[in-house]
Order: sequence, then structure tokens, then C-alpha cells
Amino acid sequence: MSIDQSTAAKVAKLARIKVEDDALPALASEFNTILGFIEQLNEVDVEGVEPMVSVEPMRLKRREDVVTDGSQQDKVLANAPDAREGFFAVPKVVE
Amino acid sequence: MSDLNKLGLSEARDALRKGDVTSVELTESCLKAIDDADALNAFVHKTPEIALERAQAADVRIKGGDAPSMCGLPIGIKDLFCTKGVPSQAASKILEGFKPEYESTVSQKLADSGAVMLGKLNMDEFAMGSSNETSVYGNAVSPWRRGNDDAQLTPGGSSGGSASAVAADLCLAATGTDTGGSIRQPAAFVGITGIKPTYGRCSRWGIVAFASSLDQAGPMTKNVRDAAIMLEAMCGHDPKDSTSTELAVPNFEAMLTGDIKGKKIGIPKEYRMDGMPAEIEKLWADGAAMLKDAGAEIVDISLPHTKYALPAYYVIAPAEASSNLARYDGVRYGRRAQLGQGDGITEMYEKTRAEGFGHEVQRRVMVGTYVLSAGFYDAYYNRARKVRTLIKKDFEDVFAAGVDAILTPATPSASFGLGEMTEADPVQMYLNDVFTVTVNLAGLPGISVPAGLDAQGLPLGLQLIGRPWDEGDLLNTAYALENAAGFVAKPGKWW
Repeated sequence: MSIDQSTAAKVAKLARIKVEDDALPALASEFNTILGFIEQLNEVDVEGVEPMVSVEPMRLKRREDVVTDGSQQDKVLANAPDAREGFFAVPKVVE
Repeated sequence: MSDLNKLGLSEARDALRKGDVTSVELTESCLKAIDDADALNAFVHKTPEIALERAQAADVRIKGGDAPSMCGLPIGIKDLFCTKGVPSQAASKILEGFKPEYESTVSQKLADSGAVMLGKLNMDEFAMGSSNETSVYGNAVSPWRRGNDDAQLTPGGSSGGSASAVAADLCLAATGTDTGGSIRQPAAFVGITGIKPTYGRCSRWGIVAFASSLDQAGPMTKNVRDAAIMLEAMCGHDPKDSTSTELAVPNFEAMLTGDIKGKKIGIPKEYRMDGMPAEIEKLWADGAAMLKDAGAEIVDISLPHTKYALPAYYVIAPAEASSNLARYDGVRYGRRAQLGQGDGITEMYEKTRAEGFGHEVQRRVMVGTYVLSAGFYDAYYNRARKVRTLIKKDFEDVFAAGVDAILTPATPSASFGLGEMTEADPVQMYLNDVFTVTVNLAGLPGISVPAGLDAQGLPLGLQLIGRPWDEGDLLNTAYALENAAGFVAKPGKWW
């Protein structure tokens, strides 16, 4: 599997990371180095093997369906780069 | 007493309880050592006010006869742990200015047991790296040097600041985290002890997530006894982490008898890599001989899927990272990029993440995005998870055959120079974790113990891998190895 520049651009888009066009060839080449390394996994016979979900074969615990906290709006917003009137503020989303 | 910062946890604890020294004295000694060591760039956020306040409170508790295990002991906290009101950036630009409104469970447990936080420690950005060169704070520097050569060396990574600080006696011990070797590799590089417990022992709550199925916190200390003391204070069930175990936490220190007679120690043939330096090979053989002299039985074992651990890791860890790091969007916390006229929300995400994430983090997030994307999920991600099942089974088979612990080198080389790997491709750097990463994939406890010096006078470590949930037995084997190796070397002070 070889990654070309347009695939690299697509992956950057999916990851929501802006990559300038002139940086794409180097990025594609790094991806190919790493994927080349990962390709070794194709040598392993994984027929009938279950993919691991968790190292401990356990069902995730469920807590009681009750309110455990809340009323912390000021704390929730304390670290926001732009908070106004009790909300997170972002650029216009809907035209 | 002079040079109080040079004490280990157990020595300082005993001195505190005898009344020979106060926590304030210990803490002041460390704070001075920290201020003298800016050249190491280990402490990146100093918290002297918090430290002295906690030290005074600890002295009151000790006087009142209420001294829990870590009471009054000054330690450093890796920047990956959220600490209330104190910058917690995971060494990333994207978390610039972030001051959590809450405390991680592990740092809270340490505080509850009386530990004194001196400040936050340097690390690789989001714990992604093996040399502490991806940090927004700049490189952490090892206190060790190659003889009289003044080239700066890496303390390893990702817990590089923790390693440097403990080795240079800036604190008595430090927290680390380990996703693929990030406690054990730096510990080996600077000649200290570091243990990654069984997955589920330490709560991950409040620790900035890298790869959730692999991440575990653990102590980095001056000796094995200290590791036992601090690990016990760090672990325990936490309802806020759904993967945290409900098993009781044993008194690990009480299990340090040094008696390993009849224990079966496995030597995995697959860890004998091509091109392994002769010094590492010798260290490994010497370590096996020491354990044998102490009464253990040495057996050759096979872990056939070892070779595939790193490639599987470099699918699974980036995949989980790409998901975990999706939260850094410039909306809820941290740093948002300056936006241009007409930029919408997508431009905000893309610019914020391009400016806020360093190169290695961007690369891993994108690799993770790729292996999880439609059409490749089965070929990469699911295949890697199946290989992970086989890697874990390798260990289960060996333990089922009666092996108590496995001895391997901790790293494939001694510490290298900062900047020496800049030209290498990323995979070359990843090879640093070749001996440690299997342990994370299988969720097992692993400990790195300093065992010797190389020809250039740099520390080398050995790794012991234990059965799940059997950290006590593992620590005891490590204690026997430590006693036999008698590693006492310290870096000469140049900073």
C-alpha cells in the first residue's frame, strides 16, 4: 500500500489538521515509511483469532443512573478560549 | 543533615518519623536543587507555594502521629497529570494556559498520602516520543554525560523530565506514565527504577489520554523499595475509571524479602536482536547469572510474536490517539488559532490543530486516522488487535508453564545525544521501545532496574516482566536483582 499526495491530503482533512500543499510530499513519504513498517503484520496468521478489545476480559462496569455532579457552569467554561454569556463561542456554523 | 534532596523516599520517611528532619527542610532542599538545575529543563512549572504549604501540613500530621506512607515526601508530577489550578499542558502548545479545575486520581491519592508536589515535569508532547525532544517546553536534558564530553544527552522519553529530575536529585521521586515504555526506557537511560503496573492498577482519571487501552501511571524512584512505597500510594480502585480494577492493593514494601529461591525466571530468545550491542548482551547475561546466584532457576522461553509488537503498537496507539486527541478543537480548553476574515468552524479546527500540535503528534494522529478510515479498518486496525491477542497469549503460555518473571534488557542501547536522531526516519526512534512495548500490549507489569554502566559511563537497565496483578512478587525479584547488581553510580554535577 502506497500513499500518494492526494491520500495524504484526505487524511489531513479527516484529522482536521491543516497541511500546506508544499508539505504534502514529505508527509506522504513519512506515512509510507510507517505503513511499510506496519505491513509486517501481514506475515502473521490471524485466522480465527479474536481482536483484543481490552487486556482484562471484563465487561465495563456501569454506574448507577443518578446525577453525580452538575451546576459547575463557571468551572466548565473557565478554560475556554472564548466563552460568552455562559456558552462556548465558535465561528458561525449555520448560514 | 545536608543534601536532603539526595535522600530516597524510605530514608526520608524514616528520618521524618524519627524527627531528625522536617518536611519543610526536605522540601526547601529540593526547591533549591530545582532552582539550580534550570539547565536540565526538567521542572517546567514550579509550584513552591503549594509545596511549602503541603510540607507544613505534613509536619503537623507527623507531629500528631498521623503520618500516611508518603507524608512529607517531596515529589515531582509529570505534566500529563491534571493538577488543580496548576498548568497541565501535556507538554503541548494546544493546552497552553490550561489550568484544570480538578485533580487526577493518582495525584490526589499521592496528596492524600501526604506527598508534597514540587512542580510539573517535562515530557514528550502528549507522551509521544522516546527522547523528550517533542516537548513544547524544549528538550529535557539528562544529568549524565559521556565521560568528559559535554554533548547533551537525552533522559529518554516520554517521562524524560521525571527521569532527569530523580537522577539529578531534584526530588525524591516522580510520577511517570507508560504507554509503550515511557517509564521504563527513561528510567534505564538515567540509572533509576521505574515500574509500570498491571493495566487497571492505577486510575487513568485526570491523566491526559494518549492510548487508553495501553496507558498506565507508575512511580520513578531512586530504588526498588521506594517504587514499592510509591506504587502502593498511587494505585487502587477508582469508580471514575471504568477499567480500574477492584482488587485490593497489597503492602508491596512488606513483600520485599529479597528471597527468590526457586523462582523461575524466563529468558526469551526473541529478545536477542540482530545488531544488539555486546554490552547489552553481557548485561543481560550478567543479570541472569545474578538471579541464578540468588537461588532462581533460569529457563529459556519463547515469545514467538515479539517481532510484531512494535508494528501492532504503531497501529493501535495512533488509532486510539487520533480518537482521544479529537477533543482538542480550540473550543473548550487550551489554545485557539487566530482566525482570518470569513474563517468558519472547520478552518478553526484545522488551524488550531495545525498550530497547536507538534510534528510527531500530527503524524501519529494522521496515521491513526488513516488506519481507522473506511476501507483500511480491517486491514490495519483489526489485524493489529488480533496480533495483540497473540502477543498476550505468548505471555499467558509462558506463565502457565510456571515462569514467575521474565528478564530482558530495558532498552536496545544506552542514552543517545539530543539531536542525534533528528535525521533518522520515525521508525528508528520507535525501535527504542522494542523491549518494553510488548508489556503494554499484554497489560502486564514491568520494571526497569539499573544494572550497570556502558564503556562511556552511561547507565544501562534490565527489565523484569511479571504476572498480571503480581507487582509484589515482581518488585521482590527486582529487589533481589538490585541487591546483586549493586548499582550506585550517580552523574557528576555539571549543571
